[in-house]
Amino acid sequence: MLTKRIIPCLDIKNNRTVKGVHFLNLIDAGDPLDLAKLYVQQGADELVFLDITASNERRKTLVNLVQKIAQEINIPFTVGGGISSVKDVRSLLKAGADKVSINTAALNRPNLIKEIADQFGNQCVVVAVDVKKIEGNYFVFKNGGRINTHIKLEKWLHTVETLGAGEILLTSMNQDGTKDGFDIELMQLAGMSVNLPLIASGGAGRASHFAEVFKKTKTLGALAASIFHFGEVPIPELKQILKQKNLPIR
Amino acid sequence: MIVILDYNAGNTQSVKHAINRLGYSCKLSKDLNEIQQADKIIFPGVGQASVAMKELKLTGLDKLLPKLEQPVLGICLGLQLMCEHSEENDTQGLGIFPTSVKRFTAQLPVPHMGWNCLQFNNKSILNKVKPSVYFYFVHSYYAELCDFTQATATYDRSFSAVLQKNNFYATQFHPEKSGIAGEQILKNFLSL
Repeated sequence: MLTKRIIPCLDIKNNRTVKGVHFLNLIDAGDPLDLAKLYVQQGADELVFLDITASNERRKTLVNLVQKIAQEINIPFTVGGGISSVKDVRSLLKAGADKVSINTAALNRPNLIKEIADQFGNQCVVVAVDVKKIEGNYFVFKNGGRINTHIKLEKWLHTVETLGAGEILLTSMNQDGTKDGFDIELMQLAGMSVNLPLIASGGAGRASHFAEVFKKTKTLGALAASIFHFGEVPIPELKQILKQKNLPIR
Repeated sequence: MIVILDYNAGNTQSVKHAINRLGYSCKLSKDLNEIQQADKIIFPGVGQASVAMKELKLTGLDKLLPKLEQPVLGICLGLQLMCEHSEENDTQGLGIFPTSVKRFTAQLPVPHMGWNCLQFNNKSILNKVKPSVYFYFVHSYYAELCDFTQATATYDRSFSAVLQKNNFYATQFHPEKSGIAGEQILKNFLSL
C-alpha cells in the first residue's frame, strides 16, 4: 500500500537553513546538508529545499548545494525558489534534484508547467500554491504570498493539472506559522478539484495534526519546517504515532 | 566497468551518486563500443517514453540493448522501454519483456508517487531484502504482469515492480532513491 509521506521543508538563504514567518524574522536553523542527513536517518520520506536567497548569485549557489545534497542523500528531494525557465530546471535536475517546485513563475506564465513536463516528464513538476481564504473563497497568492492574483484555487488547480503538473504543494497562508493544524477544508476542496498527489503545508504543530489531515482528506504528504528543525515533533515519534493510528506509514 | 547509459533522460546523476556511495566507480556513456565492453549496464530513465525512445534510436542503442549479454538493469522508464509497447504516445519498446505498458486509470491520484511495498514472486535481485520494506515509486504508466514478473506492487491494481529475463533486470521503483533497501538491490545487481 502506498504510504503517507512526511516531508521536512528546508528554507535556504545564503546556504543556511532559516525559518521565519512569511520570510520575516529569519532565525538560523543550521547547515542544510547536516539537517537533511539527520532527517533521512530519522525516516523522512522526502525533502523539500526552498531557496529564498535574494541575489543574482542564487542560481549558481543553489546548483552547488543541490550537487552536495544529491551526493549524500538516498531519498527523493525537491528544489524550489525562483525557478522560471526550462534552463533553470535542467541545471537543477542535472545537479541531482528529483523534482522542482514552481510557484510565481507558473502564475506569471502558466505554459512553463507544460514546457517542463514535456521536456522532463510531469513527475518532476511540483506546483506550489499559496492560498488565503477570503470571505469563504480560497484565492491564490504569488510572490511569496505578497500579491493576490484573485484567481480561485479550484480554477488554478484545474489549469495546472491540464498543463501537466505532477504534484501540488498546497500551503494555507491562514494556517502557516500558527501550529494550529492543517486546513482540512482546503485540502478536501483540493482533493475534489484535482486527481494529482497533494501535499499539505501550513499549520502543523502536533502529531495529531498530521493524523487529522491524512484521515480526513486525500492528502498523500504533509510538509512542515520549524517543528522538525527545532525538535518539537521528532520524525521517528511522529511516524510511530501515525502507525498506531493505523495510517500507512513507512 | 559499470556504465550508465547517457541518452539525455533524466536522473543519471542520482544513479551515479548511489553507485559511488556503494564504493563502485562508474561512467556515463553513449558510446556503443564502450557499452558493449562494460561489465554491467544501468539503463535509467525519467521522462517521456517517445522522447526517450527517439534518443535511443538516434544513438543506435535501440538495436544494441536487446543483444547485450552482460547484466543490464533498467530503472523506471528504463523498465518501461524494455517492454514491447507503451501507451505513452503509442511508443514501440525494445521488446525484451513480453508485456505492455499502460496508464493508470484515474481512480487514485496519478502519478503513483511515494513509498510502496512489494509482493515477491522470486528473489531475483531482491536477495537480502525484507518483504516489509518500502521503495520509492514515481510513475503514471505501469508494466502489466507477465511470466517474467519477479515482484509486484499494488496501486489501483497489481503491476510489475521487478522484471527479470536472463541477463535483463528492471525495477519500476527507484533503487537509487529508496534508502537502504534500494542500496541493497543495487548491491545485489552490481555483485552479480
